Amino acid sequence: MSELRGIYTLWLREVKRYGREKTRLISSFIQPLLWLIIFGSGMRLAATGTTGIDYQKFIFPGIVSQTLLFTSIFMGISVIWDREFGFMKEILVAPISRASVFVGKMLGGSTDAVIQGSFVFVYSFLVGIHLGLDTFLLSLPIMLLITFGMVSIGLTIASLMESLESFGVIQTFVNLPLFFLSGALFPLSYFPQWLGWVSAVDPLTYGVDALRTIILSGQWTPILPLYYDILVLVVFDATMILVGTLIFGRTK
Amino acid sequence: MKEKLSNLTNPHPMIEIKDLTRNFGTLVAVNSLNFGVEEGEVFGLLGPNGAGKTTTLSMLCTILKPTSGTAIINGVDVRHHPSQVRKMIGIVFQDPSIDDRLTGRENLEMHANLYGVPSTVGKKRIDEVLGLVELEDKADLLMRTYSGGMRRRLEIARGLIHYPKVLFLDEPTIGLDPQTREHIWTYISALSKRESITIVLTTHYMEEADKLCDRVAIIDYGNIIALDQPERLKEGLEGDVITVRTGSVRELSEELRQQGLVKDLKETDGELKLVVKNGAAIMPRIVELATGLGVHIESMSMREPTLEDVFLHFTGREIRTEGGEEYHGLAAIKRRSIR
Repeated sequence: MSELRGIYTLWLREVKRYGREKTRLISSFIQPLLWLIIFGSGMRLAATGTTGIDYQKFIFPGIVSQTLLFTSIFMGISVIWDREFGFMKEILVAPISRASVFVGKMLGGSTDAVIQGSFVFVYSFLVGIHLGLDTFLLSLPIMLLITFGMVSIGLTIASLMESLESFGVIQTFVNLPLFFLSGALFPLSYFPQWLGWVSAVDPLTYGVDALRTIILSGQWTPILPLYYDILVLVVFDATMILVGTLIFGRTK
Repeated sequence: MKEKLSNLTNPHPMIEIKDLTRNFGTLVAVNSLNFGVEEGEVFGLLGPNGAGKTTTLSMLCTILKPTSGTAIINGVDVRHHPSQVRKMIGIVFQDPSIDDRLTGRENLEMHANLYGVPSTVGKKRIDEVLGLVELEDKADLLMRTYSGGMRRRLEIARGLIHYPKVLFLDEPTIGLDPQTREHIWTYISALSKRESITIVLTTHYMEEADKLCDRVAIIDYGNIIALDQPERLKEGLEGDVITVRTGSVRELSEELRQQGLVKDLKETDGELKLVVKNGAAIMPRIVELATGLGVHIESMSMREPTLEDVFLHFTGREIRTEGGEEYHGLAAIKRRSIR
């Protein structure tokens, strides 16, 4: 009971903090716009024909996933900030378990990331996708499943890092491969076979596929059936939460 | 010192420290401490930076495991039941530990939730502790708008929310200006009277220990070198402190020693510190001696002994000449002023 209350408390804190950061809120509106409009229109002519789907529509679920990925990994920074500003001590001496601290932070980060990812849906009309509320609501659980694991990765890396700078460097090394290999920007069938295998290991691949299946229903031929994507994501989340809890529990 | 400890009236004090030891590699940071803290007492650990105060406190707060020995707080062993101990204690860390993106009240609410204070009690309690540190009207402002002193007060208030039996304060006024420091002292004295609570604080400010504490343990290189009420520690020196400024410290001290005029004599940089029984009578004698030697005395003063003199008496060093704390103070200010 008290553990649940602790988790709720830490979740609430992350969400409150996020809501008060105006610059981050604004930038989260602008970044996906750049990708969809500038990158999307630039590549449109070159890339449409092959999938049979308009390129901007094609990358739309990819950009949602990208926003989720980048934001989630970035959430790890809260561990470093809390350590830097001393607040981590207050949490760690509180009579709740380290696992609860981790889960509270993870859920908070996921909530923030999903809110950020939802902003992207506002732009769906710009690329000519007509989204109903039902599509959005169907996407929500997938978005959450993507972020649980990714935020866990971010928090885990941050608990191993000494400084803000080193976290910044590592973050890029994690973000870009996961993003490019996921098929967010191009169909995976373009890859040579060996790269195809690598992208099969990228959990985001399944997230992108699932979101595409839901958002571009009918137009997109899923790589895997939806339930299979979900299963992979659930296994990924469970593993990352477990690993994260163990590693976070050991840090001082 | 041992006799004084066994003089404790209560066989089961609030805190019982038994052979508490902590090593870092080959360094013995805390060397087999033994003492008790009575319920309701304000107890001070006084010593220079690096003496082992914070290490001792960290072990009492279950943040750090003792290498050997243990401490019993309100009947619970810190080694074996750390989480039970944590529920009974409040901690105010040396470095700031608040979330400055949240308001004061939000920080307090979060603490109440983390410590499982029932929400019906929590609301009233938060107002109560805010009142204690006089921050009611600032409670709904973001912490980043608070001054260093206000943050400290809020941290003290926060440490009290869950009705702890013992409140630990690690250098409660480090990095604060003298005026704010006195303010904080007022709050600490007030809360020790109003709340039924035992307070343990560390400090390297003599004045702080003197003003706030019922008893003080002077700690140096991980050992307790004296433990008593501040008054008794000072009385223990039995006399007045005379400070003589002169260019020829050596010569004069030799002579004074030979004459057997003084109880205790310490030379520091261009200064001679003497502890004498009857200062008023000794001062003219010192002048006579100096004149006889042809030693020029720049100035001379006499005062009642302070805890500083007690420390000097036991260690031969002055607390303030220890390097670290200035840096620490500055670092603390710097950290407080960031955002």
